[in-house]
Amino acid sequence: MKDIFIFNNGRLKRTDSTIQFIDADGKKKTIPIVQVENIHLFGEIDMNTSFLNLLTQQGVVLHTYNYYGYYSGSFIPRSKQVSGYIDVRQASHILDPQKRIFIARQFIYGAVHHMLKNIRQHKDGSEVYINTIESVRVNIENAKTIPELMGMEGNIRKIYFQSFNHMIKNEFFHFVKREKRPPKDPINALISFGNSIMYTTVLSELYKTQLNPTMSFLHEPSVKRYSLSLDLAEIFKPLIIDGLIVSLINNRVMKSNHFEYIESEICLLNDEGRKIFLKAYEEKLSKTIKHRTLKRQTSYRFLIRLECYKLIKHIIGDTTYKPLKAWW
Amino acid sequence: MLNVDELKATGLSVQYYLVCHRKLWLSTHQIQFEQDSDRVLEGKVLHEQTYNKHGNKEVLIDNLIKIDLFGDYVGEVKSSSRMQQSDRMQLLYYLYVLKQAGINKVGKLHYPKEKKVEEVHLTDAAVKEVEKVLIGIQVVKDKSTPPPLIKLPYCSKCAYYSFCWVGEVD
Ligand code: SF4
Repeated sequence: MKDIFIFNNGRLKRTDSTIQFIDADGKKKTIPIVQVENIHLFGEIDMNTSFLNLLTQQGVVLHTYNYYGYYSGSFIPRSKQVSGYIDVRQASHILDPQKRIFIARQFIYGAVHHMLKNIRQHKDGSEVYINTIESVRVNIENAKTIPELMGMEGNIRKIYFQSFNHMIKNEFFHFVKREKRPPKDPINALISFGNSIMYTTVLSELYKTQLNPTMSFLHEPSVKRYSLSLDLAEIFKPLIIDGLIVSLINNRVMKSNHFEYIESEICLLNDEGRKIFLKAYEEKLSKTIKHRTLKRQTSYRFLIRLECYKLIKHIIGDTTYKPLKAWW
Repeated sequence: MLNVDELKATGLSVQYYLVCHRKLWLSTHQIQFEQDSDRVLEGKVLHEQTYNKHGNKEVLIDNLIKIDLFGDYVGEVKSSSRMQQSDRMQLLYYLYVLKQAGINKVGKLHYPKEKKVEEVHLTDAAVKEVEKVLIGIQVVKDKSTPPPLIKLPYCSKCAYYSFCWVGEVD
């Protein structure tokens, strides 16, 4: 099972049990649909309902991105996994402030654990970042409200991003500050692009469970349509995306010629840059580790699903939620 | 006899009750996961093949149970006899539902791969057994939280395996 990324313009067509991509020059490429889990469209693509019906039949999710490579929306097959019971339980954990902040806090614990893990990999001179982050971390327990918690997370993230210049050897990729809209330099462009992809991956996994992706704990349920995806992505962004960015830069895979500037203001990954990033991303998602309680080889992608399962177990009163804290 | 209408149970929940109460609780709370393991697929193929040979027909009763009528008996085709106890109970339950509708039948468990057939009769003792199970199912369903985890030999092949056994080690 894999994700398909399409950068060119063209047309997607259904042909029995396969899909066909016809590019602007009329060149055809056939992909067996049974091997596809998600399709990501970066180019301008024509398609029809018969194609979309095939996706529904096969449970394939389609994500679209705008010109800048940012997530713009999804075509999601009629969800098979629904449970009124889970919906009600999930809502009850949002309506009760105590229950809500408990879960929100766990997401941040997971995120911070992975941030520290990244910093620790670059030993010399990293103590100052680690110590500062840990001094904030001990207060997470005392946060009384979600905004207070978000504030602490913001502080930690700021220090974490400062440590990036320490982790990254190539000055071309050094940070001034984290700027999301729009990113103005290559490192911000990479982070924004990576986070966008992470969000869609989490969303695809969420859809395989009975959790309602619009009901979130850390982010306000109204902040974005599928805000639970934002919540869970917090844990996985530092684990999957940031580590990938640093290693792509330090191993000189990602270079200055993989970026373009629009009106010398907005910095974006160009098509080649995106392809390089996504290839490495796919490889990382399919990498496996032996899970300590399942005692089975488990891919990074499946770890995301497992996080959903643990949340379900928590809200139905089975096992208290503990975030993933990579131990390897 | 109890009134089955008040104890709506599907044939599957009878099986689940005997195999794992947790599985029963999860599935009756609409927490289901796709089982795309080969074993289930194998079961399906087996079912379809046996269909053709016997010229049987599938009957849905009360939107509750789906049975295979092979002429004058009720048949269930299984890929192996590993779960014989729960297979037998599932079949007894079918016979029980039929009896409530005034139809008296004999049941047969088919294990074509093992070339084995077992006859099942709804005796008075069996009726009591079925009723005990039906009440048991209700008790499990009504619990406010899922029954605790118990490691069963069956777990590693169960569709809920990852769900049940995922956890964090401190
Ligand atoms: S994995 Fe084991 S405990 Fe969980 S539902 Fe299946 S059989 Fe029951």
